[in-house]
Amino acid sequence: MNVPIGQWLPFLMDGAVVTLRITVFAGLLAFSLSALSGMGRLSALTPIRWISGCYIELFRASSLLVLLFWVYFALPIAGLELSKTWSAVLAIGLNIGAYGGEIVRSSILAVPKGQYEASIALNLRPYTRFIRVVLPQAFVRMLPPMGNLSIEMLKSTSLVYFITMADLTYEAMILRNNYYTHTPIIFGLLLLIYYLMSSCVSWSVRLLERKLACWR
Amino acid sequence: MWDWDYVYELLPKLLRALPATLGAALCGFALAVLVGILIAIAGRSRFRLLRGLTTGIVDFIRSTPLLVQLFFLYYSLPMLTPLAMSAFATGVIGLGLHYACYLSEVFRSSIDALPKGQWEAASALNLSKARTWFSIVLPQAMPPVIPIMGNYLIVIFKETPALSAITFVELLMRTKNETSISFRAFEPYTITGGLFIVVSLLLSLAVSRLEKRFKNRTTA
Repeated sequence: MNVPIGQWLPFLMDGAVVTLRITVFAGLLAFSLSALSGMGRLSALTPIRWISGCYIELFRASSLLVLLFWVYFALPIAGLELSKTWSAVLAIGLNIGAYGGEIVRSSILAVPKGQYEASIALNLRPYTRFIRVVLPQAFVRMLPPMGNLSIEMLKSTSLVYFITMADLTYEAMILRNNYYTHTPIIFGLLLLIYYLMSSCVSWSVRLLERKLACWR
Repeated sequence: MWDWDYVYELLPKLLRALPATLGAALCGFALAVLVGILIAIAGRSRFRLLRGLTTGIVDFIRSTPLLVQLFFLYYSLPMLTPLAMSAFATGVIGLGLHYACYLSEVFRSSIDALPKGQWEAASALNLSKARTWFSIVLPQAMPPVIPIMGNYLIVIFKETPALSAITFVELLMRTKNETSISFRAFEPYTITGGLFIVVSLLLSLAVSRLEKRFKNRTTA
């Protein structure tokens, strides 16, 4: 049986570019949201703590796919019409950001109390204490779970197939229509591409971890 | 924009699809726990090949999207093998295998945390391998991770809408059908989103109560 993988690759490449673009944009949104909500949850101001808590609880409890449908199909009726890309970025970013917020919060809380006490003893300002002492230590702790979350995010971009965005999964489904008899090979190839992409993410996170944790 | 009459008409229809969603989530969870235990046991096998194979498979399944795995199971398995499964069975197997790989790591760490003396006592008492696992190790390793398992049940529940891709009629699929009948999108999707949030929050409340109970037991 002659398998025309060479003909498929350009389509899969196009899809992979879309998948990566959503991953990067949603990642930027998710990491800003997780930093804001994670630190917000530890804020001294009650309203900020309350808003961050609500955001994290609400979006952690919602199903990403339903959220995506809501943003894409229901939000335009409420007056906010977004393109497919921005709907996907918004839904994935909001959802993953809520999970990230919990990681940020727990990593900051995991910094030993002695570090705070030492900073106070050294008469550092609260701002310096947070930026120079607490955050670098919390950041190293955040890396492994954040790496896992990035892989979760990369995987969740496959859901944009449902709103007919031409990502990797969607391109593979189109190929499947044209080369029906090769269905197992197409899906096998698709799984392999996702696996390679996830491996790249986990590999770079490990590298970063080694670079940043060398002072320990 | 928001029509209450339509909501009253719609809500019972959507609620009727909730059992299918919960059923798929529960069956998937049960399968995930079973297979997860088996993977954790295989990961501690004497045979290096088996250990390497389990780590490889777990790593692969964890790194690829559930949706693509479902497509693979539903559309290519009948072409490769003579067995064709219903959408429900495929969905349960897909969810089960995917989350078994996550749960196996939870079980593995819990088994690793067991004092070494337990294993030594079991071999001193000349217990068989099976007896050691099922009467000594698992009864001690499972209860502490029950709250974590509960969290995975919630995760699985939130992933069930992906089953609509393989034509399983669950809550999201029913919602989609309703929108194509009434041409109204705002109420159905909002209600479905709300239902997912409510059920997840209720489940997580139950899990945190469970957690508190287990904490009391271990300190007592």
